Amino acid sequence: MSPTDPIDPTEPTAPDAAATSDALLRVRGLQKSFGANQVLQSIDLTVGRGHVLALIGPSGSGKTTILRCLNGLELANGGTIDVADELSVDFAAIPGKSQRAALRDRSAMVFQHYNLFPHKTVLENVLEGPVVVQRRPKAEVEAEALALLDRVGLSAKKDSYPFELSGGQQQRVGIVRALALRPQLLLFDEPTSSLDPELVGDVLRLIKELAVEGWSMVIVTHELEFAREVATEVAFVDGGRIVEHGDPNQLLRHPKEERTRQFLHRLLFPF
Amino acid sequence: MNQSAWDLFWTSLGPIVQGAILGTIPLALASFTIGLALALGLALMRLSRRRWVSGIARVYISIVRGTPLLVQLFVIFYGLPSLGILIDPWPSAVMAFSLNVGGYAAEVIRAAILSVPKGQWEAAYMIGMSHRRALTRIILPQAARVSVPPLSNTFISLVKDTSLASLILVTELFREAQQVAAFSQEFMLLYLEAALVYWVICLGLSSVQSVLEKRLDRYVPH
Repeated sequence: MSPTDPIDPTEPTAPDAAATSDALLRVRGLQKSFGANQVLQSIDLTVGRGHVLALIGPSGSGKTTILRCLNGLELANGGTIDVADELSVDFAAIPGKSQRAALRDRSAMVFQHYNLFPHKTVLENVLEGPVVVQRRPKAEVEAEALALLDRVGLSAKKDSYPFELSGGQQQRVGIVRALALRPQLLLFDEPTSSLDPELVGDVLRLIKELAVEGWSMVIVTHELEFAREVATEVAFVDGGRIVEHGDPNQLLRHPKEERTRQFLHRLLFPF
Repeated sequence: MNQSAWDLFWTSLGPIVQGAILGTIPLALASFTIGLALALGLALMRLSRRRWVSGIARVYISIVRGTPLLVQLFVIFYGLPSLGILIDPWPSAVMAFSLNVGGYAAEVIRAAILSVPKGQWEAAYMIGMSHRRALTRIILPQAARVSVPPLSNTFISLVKDTSLASLILVTELFREAQQVAAFSQEFMLLYLEAALVYWVICLGLSSVQSVLEKRLDRYVPH
């Protein structure tokens, strides 16, 4: 891929498929509580460069909270988050503003309910971060954004408002908005859970393409078959802990832990 | 109506409309503009996590809403001089009306800000925005749409409330009507005429409101 290729997250954030051995993200002992309710007990996880980690587990298990802590939407109460070898945030004490901003800059999130800005057009939604916040040249960002929209089949919708789009289209704009930020890590929070069943495929296909291209991702999902196919690793989260993690085929087909087995059984045979 | 009544209607329309153009309308516009700025500040204070900050705003709003506008106006114009603070009629009126609008509109703006889904704040933070930037670029534009109808109400009320300024000697629509009425002793005619002019002004404002609503509604489904 050339550096001008819009989907290539150019230097220095390019996922380097060759260097998959070193970790992009390292989380140690992450804790989070809301009042007396300890939502994350002590989370350890690692995501290699170009790897895809899928988080599965029952609702309320804490998997979404993990994502939100990674993007700084929630402030963890303990533990550390390291990104590559350049950023290390320790939550033993409340980290400073600049550290929190630095952590947020490393990742971009795709939300379950898309959360597009309804008063801005599709293109404006994508440009807002790179142009207004990151202060990159508008012409350059716009060309990149249009290429990204074209890639997800939505360049004709660039001047539409979000309400004029289907859920699947909105979520693809959500993904483009995240990509345009040029993050090192993409975070997906149940990206297809609010979609009509017939629209799920388009979004999953797009995420899979991004995975194949070498983007590093953490995906919270209930789509087990998708996780098995796309993820490098799957972690089963329950009660604020990672109960079990490992190779997707291994974990999803032959789980070691009883709780994992019960959860998978309930998903596969809901009634 | 007989001929002399018609004549009086037409000859008094001049001063009454002049009172509206030079008194009522600028008084309402100035007070609303200042009041709205105050209201935005108060609304943000009300939403602050610092207890004492939101407390101050809460007390202020409670006082403004819990006391009659006429009393507020009189305290400023007739009361303050006893503390050695003398303010002319016009600035007294602008002050009283602004402080009053500030209190009422603060609650409207606060509710409008709270009506924007939490996910909008999160998406704004996610793309790297600061709290202030998220507020000004993402939240307030959406809150504006929601607050146009209730704020239009506030403004229309204000236009009519400015008639109270006649009681502190501000020359405006109602005071002009009063003066002609006292002179001619045609109270019914003059006060109905004043009412008619207020009504016409408010009709105009209602149409401005619908234009604004349409403009701001372009990004929501119909």
